[in-house]
Formats: sequence, structure tokens, C-alpha cells
Amino acid sequence: MSVSKLSRNHKKIQPRGRVAEHIRGLPKSGIRDFFELVNTMDDVISLGIGEPDFVTPWSIREAAIYALQKGFTSYTSNLGMLSLRKAVCRYVDDEYGAKYDPVTECIITVGVSEALDLILRAILEPGDEVIYQEPSYVSYPASIVMALAKPVPVATYEKDKFALDPKRLEAAITPKTKALLLNFPNNPTGANISLAQKREIAKIAVKHDLVVLTDEIYSELTYGKMEPTIASLPGMRERTVFLHGFSKAFAMTGFRIGYACGPHELIDAMMKIHQYSMLCASSVGQSAAIAALQDGRGEMLKMKKEYMQRRNVIVKRLNEMGLTCVMPEGAFYAFPNITSTGISSKEFCTRLLQEKRVAVVPGTAFGPSGEGYVRCAYAAGMDEIETAMTRMAEFVQELKSGKKKAK
Amino acid sequence: MKTKNLRNDVLELLQRNARMSDQEIADRLRSTPAAIKALIAEMQKDGTILGFSTLVREDGKSGTGKVKAIIEVAVQPERDAGYDRIARAIGNFPEVRTVYLVSGKSDFQLEVVGDSLQEVAEFVAAKLSPLDGVRSTATYFLLKKFKEAGFALTEEEKHERLKVVP
Repeated sequence: MSVSKLSRNHKKIQPRGRVAEHIRGLPKSGIRDFFELVNTMDDVISLGIGEPDFVTPWSIREAAIYALQKGFTSYTSNLGMLSLRKAVCRYVDDEYGAKYDPVTECIITVGVSEALDLILRAILEPGDEVIYQEPSYVSYPASIVMALAKPVPVATYEKDKFALDPKRLEAAITPKTKALLLNFPNNPTGANISLAQKREIAKIAVKHDLVVLTDEIYSELTYGKMEPTIASLPGMRERTVFLHGFSKAFAMTGFRIGYACGPHELIDAMMKIHQYSMLCASSVGQSAAIAALQDGRGEMLKMKKEYMQRRNVIVKRLNEMGLTCVMPEGAFYAFPNITSTGISSKEFCTRLLQEKRVAVVPGTAFGPSGEGYVRCAYAAGMDEIETAMTRMAEFVQELKSGKKKAK
Repeated sequence: MKTKNLRNDVLELLQRNARMSDQEIADRLRSTPAAIKALIAEMQKDGTILGFSTLVREDGKSGTGKVKAIIEVAVQPERDAGYDRIARAIGNFPEVRTVYLVSGKSDFQLEVVGDSLQEVAEFVAAKLSPLDGVRSTATYFLLKKFKEAGFALTEEEKHERLKVVP
């Protein structure tokens, strides 16, 4: 066969898409997109980082070093070390009022992100719908799509302090709705919900037989009263998966340790996927996590106190510059309303970065309902926060006086 | 209850940074600068706050050249005054910066500052040891400070967080 004939034959074959359709359609994270710009600039103060600025407390790091010294570097049980699962279940009972059996109802994962991915893949079939609140953490819609289901956002509003409105939730439910994904305290709004609001949501979940996935990664960083998890409410235990981890409250993002607690049937299904795809979470990370639960509490509470004081300062500064901002009740994000400046979230962030070298994230990175808002993370030193707020106040001032002149 | 919490929070912040402004303290704690100023004045008056001092690195470049020693002192407590009279007698010397009654082998632990090694040695021999009731002393000269009042004095390589986080 001649070369020319070969190539002619080749032409006849339609090139197949090598990347799966549902992945091709997946947008890249809006934050990543925006921060490509940041990395090209010097002298930027970033309030865009969703990660503690504290180093992991020394006692936790020391435990990880000790685990290495002992040579504890092999696989663990697929579900994670039993001693860690026991400590986790005790903690979840003490702090959140939900009881789980460490042997059959708890799995240690590579960050809470993996736990969420596992449960979505475990319960969803093509065509299923998952309702989640919006603005939301950037991964939710993508994770749902990767599990071949349909993400159905329900917008939350500043007037409701970004709590999930039960009426809107119920209106979004269809016969295909399989699950409801909650995230309180919330990234990016800092919102939390009360026990009464949890009860209302629980009632709807029971009525429509929904699985509830509650991502409580920021739960220790609750600045009001700590209240029981929705998983502990009547009728919820058998349908709820409690998702949590060590990254935020214990400043352990790089250790990548999360967990899920829930009914055995669901945890067991998650375990199957986890055992074939991940085997187990890092053993060193698991040792560190045990130390976090054993004696990390004091340091954790110190960090929490600092976050809370920073929150008070940043919200006051935002209000002083004429931006309304709901007082965040948890996490380490403030979500001010910037509509009074007359420009879009994206333009606000791009120009703030270019003109004042301050990085904040446009609300639209967290879904279309984030338009008109920006996310300021106060997981940064107080000096940085003060400087960033001073620069941002100048920027807002210039925008507003410019607007007046234009009129 | 609420004022007690506020007092503790203010003290905690001042112990971390005594130069923190009333405004910043007020903003952090959702109070007003006037209220914070009044509270600090009140705590100075009632003796809760003894004073404000500056932590100095005390090495070749930035130091005052002073010598510091920790001295353990064993004493004979007195029938009527216990440790109090002798603690006052020791504390009256300006060379003595702190006096603690401690558990363990000795009774007091002192921090003593002087211009030179000789001066501190002289103080121990001529002033401290001869005091009525002092049975024995043990002097430890400080050679190097690694951490003081929560501040580490050795430079650690700083880990920079990514500016891009998912």
C-alpha cells in the first residue's frame, strides 16, 4: 500500500473526540482563571486565598514527624486507621451531636473533596438532579457533572443573610431530584443557618425522600452558637452524609485528610469507589489528624478567635467605605455587595487588582447569583487586611466620585 | 460576665502587642475606642496592668549589652512572715527584675540584670547571699535567647502560600 493511499484512507475516518463530552463542557474554575493574572504581578495583597494563613500547629506537625520516624508509612485500612475513625466519631458526637459507628459508618478520605466526589458517584445515575445552594464553592456543580448528574442551583440572597430559603428549595425539587448538597458555614458568603432553619430543610428532605450531603468543613469556625448538625435531626440520620475534614479549622490543607460519616449502606458504597481509586488516605496525614483531635483544640480555638476579630475589622472597613456586607457567621470570608460602584464583579476585581494591587475574587466565580458581590478572604494577617482595605477604600472612592462626575 | 470577657480579650491583645491602638482593639472586639481607653485606664488603676515594656532582641547589633542571669535562691521562711518579708527584701534591689516563688529544690527564682558578668557575680556575693534567711544560691547566666514572651528569635525560612488556590 502506498503512503498516499494510507493517508487518503486516514482522512475518511472522522477524528473522534478524545475528551469525554461532559468533561469538555466543564468550565475551569473561575478563581483559577482570575488568578492567572495575579501571578504575573508583584506586590499584590491577596485576599483571594481560601486557606488558613496559619502554619499547622506544631504539635500536629510533630506527630507527623514522629510517624515518619517510626516508619509508619504503609497503607492503612481502606476506611482509614481505626484509631482515627474512633477519634473522629467521638468528635462528631461531642461537637455536632450525631452518633456514628467507627467500624461501619465512617470513612477517612483525601480531603473532604474526595469524600464529596465519592458520595456523588455512589448515589447518582445519569439524569439524576442534585440541588445545591448558590453562590457556592466552585467544585460543587463540576463534581455533580463529573458524576453524570445535573446540578440544580438554588440562589440565596443577601436579604436572607444568604441562608437557603425553604420555599425556593421546594420549588426546585422535581421527581428526578436525588440529593441536596448543603454547605454551612458557607464559602463564599460566610453564611450559617440556625437550628430552626435546619429543621425546616430537614422536613423537606424527608418529605421528598432526598439524600442530604452536608459539607461542614468550616463548622468549627462558627462565630455564633455551635449547633447540632442537620444529620442529628429526626428522620435525617438514615439519609444524611456528614462531610468534614481537617484543612480549615486545624490549618492542615496540605495534609489532605477529610472524612464522611453516614449510614452504613452509603459509606460502604463510597468505600468501594475509594478502595479501587484511592486505596487509602496518606498514613502520615492520618497520624497528624489523630494528633489534631487529641491535642489540637487549644491552638484551633486561638486561630478561630483571631479569625473572628479579623472578621469584625474587615466588615467594619467594608461598611465604612460604603459597601454593605452581611456579618459573616462562619468560615473566613466576607462577601460585600459592590453594586453601588456601578460596575460588574469581574470588572471590580480586575481593576482593583490592576489599579490597587489587591486581589479579591469576583462573586460570579461562585455562580451567576454571585454577580454584584466579591469575596474577601480574611485568612490573611491583620496588617495585610488593613492595607488591602485602605487600598480598596481608595478604589471605591475613586469609582464613586468618577461616577458622579460622569453624571 | 461580658465585661470580664472584654477585659480578658483586651489583655490578651495587649500582651501580644502593647502598642496596638485603642481603635484597632475596638474594631477587633466590636467596641469603641473610648470604651477601650477607659477599660485600660481602669485596669492600670486597679493594678491588673502593671506596665508596658519592650521586648528587645539583645544580640550584638540591637542589644543593650546587659547580662542577664537566672538565680535560684533557697531561703529559710520566717515564723510570722513566711516568704513575704524576704521576697520583698530581695525584690527591693534594682538589679532584680523578677521574683517568683517556685516549687522544686529552691524557693525563689530571680531574673537579675547587670552591666557585666562581674557585676552580677558581685551582686550575688555582696548583696544577695548575705541577706538574712538566704541559705544558698545557684546562678545561671543566659547565653542565648531562642524564644521570649512567645516570640521566636531564630529566623525560620518562611513558607509562601500559593496566591492561586482552587
